Amino acid sequence: MAEITIDGIAKSFGATRALEQIDLSVADGEFVALLGPSGCGKTTLLRIIAGLESATSGRIVIGGRDLTEVPTRRRGLAMVFQNYAVFPHMTVYENVGFGLRMQGADEARVKAQVGKAAELLHITPYLDRYPAKLSGGQRQRVAVARALAVEPPVLLMDEPLYNLDALLRLEMRAELKAVLREAKTTTIYVTHDQTEAMGLADRIAVMHGGRIEQIDRPTAVYERPATTFVGGFVGSPPMNFLPVSVANARLELAGSSLPAPRASGDLLMGIRAEDLMPVAAGEGLPFDIAVVEPLGAHDLVTGRSGATLLRVAAPAGSGHKPGTRIGLRPDPKRLVWMDPASGRALPAQ
Amino acid sequence: MKRAQSRALPYLLLGPSLVFLAVIFLLPLVQTIALSFSEGGVASLGNYRRMVSDLNFGLALRNTFLLVLVVVPIQLALALGLSVMIEKIGRGRDLVLWVWTIPLGVSDLAAGLVWLAILQDRGYLNSALYGLGLVDGPTAWLTYETPGTLFLGVVLAEIWRATAIVLVILVAGLQLIPKEYREAAEVFGARPWTIFRRITLPLLKPSIQTALILRTVLAFEVFAVVYAIGGTNFPVLVGEAYTWQNANQNTGVAAAYAMLIVVISLAATAIYLRVLRVPAEQQP
Repeated sequence: MAEITIDGIAKSFGATRALEQIDLSVADGEFVALLGPSGCGKTTLLRIIAGLESATSGRIVIGGRDLTEVPTRRRGLAMVFQNYAVFPHMTVYENVGFGLRMQGADEARVKAQVGKAAELLHITPYLDRYPAKLSGGQRQRVAVARALAVEPPVLLMDEPLYNLDALLRLEMRAELKAVLREAKTTTIYVTHDQTEAMGLADRIAVMHGGRIEQIDRPTAVYERPATTFVGGFVGSPPMNFLPVSVANARLELAGSSLPAPRASGDLLMGIRAEDLMPVAAGEGLPFDIAVVEPLGAHDLVTGRSGATLLRVAAPAGSGHKPGTRIGLRPDPKRLVWMDPASGRALPAQ
Repeated sequence: MKRAQSRALPYLLLGPSLVFLAVIFLLPLVQTIALSFSEGGVASLGNYRRMVSDLNFGLALRNTFLLVLVVVPIQLALALGLSVMIEKIGRGRDLVLWVWTIPLGVSDLAAGLVWLAILQDRGYLNSALYGLGLVDGPTAWLTYETPGTLFLGVVLAEIWRATAIVLVILVAGLQLIPKEYREAAEVFGARPWTIFRRITLPLLKPSIQTALILRTVLAFEVFAVVYAIGGTNFPVLVGEAYTWQNANQNTGVAAAYAMLIVVISLAATAIYLRVLRVPAEQQP
């Protein structure tokens, strides 16, 4: 069984701290996405798990085995790289069979496993070709097949869809999910693309500045971000944060009274664009529309409520006009409360 | 009008360098060919006959080939090892590369003289050996009576002098290989030696080809180092051309030697181009 325990991993490059005390447990067969902007340390963490980078402190335990001091080649992992790293001087067959050959598998096993992996990723017709003759999407499939052919207990993926165009990325995403579900491999997947993380992962670890800000199921990360950073980074458009002040543990907002998690003081109220209902001017929060972007599924309306910039997902064709004022009614069940000083979520009342 | 002009432009821009090549390279080449095939203004194979029947010819041919066959593989192996080592150096990498390439800045005659100073009767080597009690006094290593040590001396000097050019080409080639290939191989369980043999070496083939062509062609033209260390005790092809041109005042036979070297170099290049070819479909 291959559950992964990352225990207090820290990494410094000279004086710069790339990772600060990362703790993370991944269950056997689970798919965890490391999500974050570039420079957040997600790739460094993945490379430390692979052994391609050494941690300054901490331990990596996979399947009960402490791998911290074990060289990469003996960790028994598989990895898919951002630029595929499919060997140009080997045929697709030899590429897919590379890991098996390194394990000293006999020809019959290589053939069987390569055949199976190629079937799974629909690259059987290309087995005799060289990678230069393949498109980006096909090379990506070869890279995934090479990783799955060894039936690894743990699969590491570093932005594997990064170099594909948008349509192909969508296609590969759905296919990857199906393939990996079938393979039942414990997977750690690095990405900066929140839709990718949301769509693929069982759990998402959102990273920022060398720390894990939140780790939870995709819907929980989306609905109940642990920090303002997570709320702003996950979801498109980012979560709205409205500064409010409470008194007597209640917030008087837009003509209604809501229970607040603190007795008094300033708070940030976080709310998703689709949880702000447009209502007639004079009702709810006053909202001055600046821009209307019809996106097909809905209209993205950007404007200001007082000094705060808000984005609202209004029903498509609702006919809002820039320069007009409407009202917004937040869905009280979908609010999150943040401490404005720490940017951390406060438990709801 | 405009289109005709833009079509001619590349050729116009190439023109000066073509003229330069024709005057400096092509014309002398044609003249040398003509010289080698004529005697007293009449077309003949006499120069080639005289070259082949000369006592030193077989010796020079043998020595030159022997040198190339011994020196070039050692240089390639050394440069491969050194370039992989350089890759692993973090800080001070440029300094190490710089020091290792210093011999490139030394002219080959000067390099030959340096090694002569080390290897001659009263040279540094003998002083050291005498100090260690290994020889009784000045010992000759570089005479026609000691062909083995003479050859060894020339080989040493050539390796010291010209390995760096192979190294520089291979270091540049290694930097062109994305590190992900080696990392992927490592993740999938390859040992360092396997990675070198199955990943690095095949991907380095274009650079190895360039380095080998350059080094082999220059190795066939070896002269100054040999002349400085062995004088005429170790005849080589270019040395014979020099002797026929200057000592024997026979430009025709010298031209025949020059043509022979050209043909050998071209043949070596053709072999490398063929053997170390990377098919288009296997290029990254």
